[in-house]
Amino acid sequence: MTRPTFTLDGVAISFDEGQTIIEAARKAGVFIPFLCAHPEFPAHGSCRVCTVLVNGRAMASCTTKAADGQVVESNTAALTRDRQALVQMLFVEGNHFCPGCEKSGACTLQSLGKDLAVTSAGFAHESPTRPVDASHPDILLDFNRCILCELCVRASSDVDKKDVFALSGRGLDKHLIVNAESGRLADTGMATTDKAMSVCPVGVILWKRRGFADPIGKRPHDVESPRQRVEGKGKTS
Amino acid sequence: MTAKVRVATTSLAGCFGCHMSFLDIDERILPLLDKVTFDRSPLTDLKHAGPCDVGLVEGGVCNEDNLHVLREFRKQCKVLVAVGACAINGGLPAQRNQFDVGDLLRHVYFEEPGLTRRVVPDDPELPALFDKVRPIHELVKVDYFLPGCPPPADAFWAFLSDLLEGRDPRLPPGAIRYD
Repeated sequence: MTRPTFTLDGVAISFDEGQTIIEAARKAGVFIPFLCAHPEFPAHGSCRVCTVLVNGRAMASCTTKAADGQVVESNTAALTRDRQALVQMLFVEGNHFCPGCEKSGACTLQSLGKDLAVTSAGFAHESPTRPVDASHPDILLDFNRCILCELCVRASSDVDKKDVFALSGRGLDKHLIVNAESGRLADTGMATTDKAMSVCPVGVILWKRRGFADPIGKRPHDVESPRQRVEGKGKTS
Repeated sequence: MTAKVRVATTSLAGCFGCHMSFLDIDERILPLLDKVTFDRSPLTDLKHAGPCDVGLVEGGVCNEDNLHVLREFRKQCKVLVAVGACAINGGLPAQRNQFDVGDLLRHVYFEEPGLTRRVVPDDPELPALFDKVRPIHELVKVDYFLPGCPPPADAFWAFLSDLLEGRDPRLPPGAIRYD
C-alpha cells in the first residue's frame, strides 16, 4: 500500500497518519522555518513563523495535520516577507543584543533571522524595562530576551511537575513571571537538572558561570544551524 | 574617465570597530580606491560631509551631536547605510535605555567610590545626552543595512562591489551576522 503524500513546494512528501506538516517535512529533510515548535512537546502554534499555504490558505505547519493530496507552499516570496516581519517584531519587542548574549550562536531566533536574511530592525524598538533575576545560585533569568513561546512554562509544568514559570498580563503587557510569592527564582524548586533549563530557544534561562564557553565558530549553530540539522548538511553530519 | 563614487563614513555612538572591520578588506582597498574617493571619514579627517553618493554610518544616536551628524549625512548622501549592530538596534550603548540618564550621570560622576572630584560634567561644549540611545532608522530614512558586531570585511566588500556595479546589494551566505 502506498503511503499518503502531499506536495511541499512541488516536491512529494509522504507521511504517517497523524503527523503534522512540519513533522513530515522534517522527517523528509525539508526545512520549514520555525521557532516555537519543539519535537518533544505538543504543537503550540504561537509564533506563526512556520506558517505555510495549505491549498492556498495560511496555516501554521506545526498544528496542521498532513493530509493526502494537500498542496503546500512554504518557500514563497510573500511567506518569506511575512516570516521576516515576524522575526523583526520579536526582536524589537524585547531587548535583543546578540553581541553580548551568552546564547549567541545557539539561539533559534538569531539563526532564524540569519536564515531569512533579516538585516534590519524594520520597526521602532519598544525598549521595554525587564530587570533580570539573578537570585538563584546557579541560574540566571534574563527576561529581556523572552519571546513568550511558553516552552519553559510547559516543560516546568508537564515534565518537571514544578510550575515554576507562567505568562502574566495580556497583549503588549504579556510577560514571563516566576511562580513564587516573592517572584524570585531562588524561592522556587527550579534546579539545573530540570527540563525547563534546556528548552529556551533564546537567551532567557541561562547557566551561571557557563557563558561564552564555546568560541565563535564552534558554537552549536556555527557547527550545525537548525536548517542544516533538518537538511542533514551540518558540519557534523 | 567616469567620476569616482564619493563615500563618506562616520561613527556616532559606536566604537569604530565597524571601521576597523571595513579596513579588514585589506589590499582590496586598492582596487576600491580606483572606483571610490573618500569624503568625510576618519581616513580624510574632514569635519563635514559634502555631497556624496554613499554614506556609511556606524553607531546609534545617543546625543545631540550624533543626531546633527546623522542629519548631515542623510542630507548629503544619496544612499545611506546603517553599518553594524549599534546603528541597527542601538547595540551596547542602548543597554542604558532601561535607566534614567540623570541617575546614571549621578551614579558615575557622583556616587562611584574613589572619585576625587564629584561633579557631573556640564560644559556647554559637551553634546547633551538623549534619554534613550536610538538606532538610526528611527530618526532618518535608511536605504541599506549591514548587520554584525562588526559586519565581516566580506560583507563590506560584497555590499560595495554590488553597489558600484549597479546591482541590488545582496549579502552572501555567512556574511549576515548579528554578533
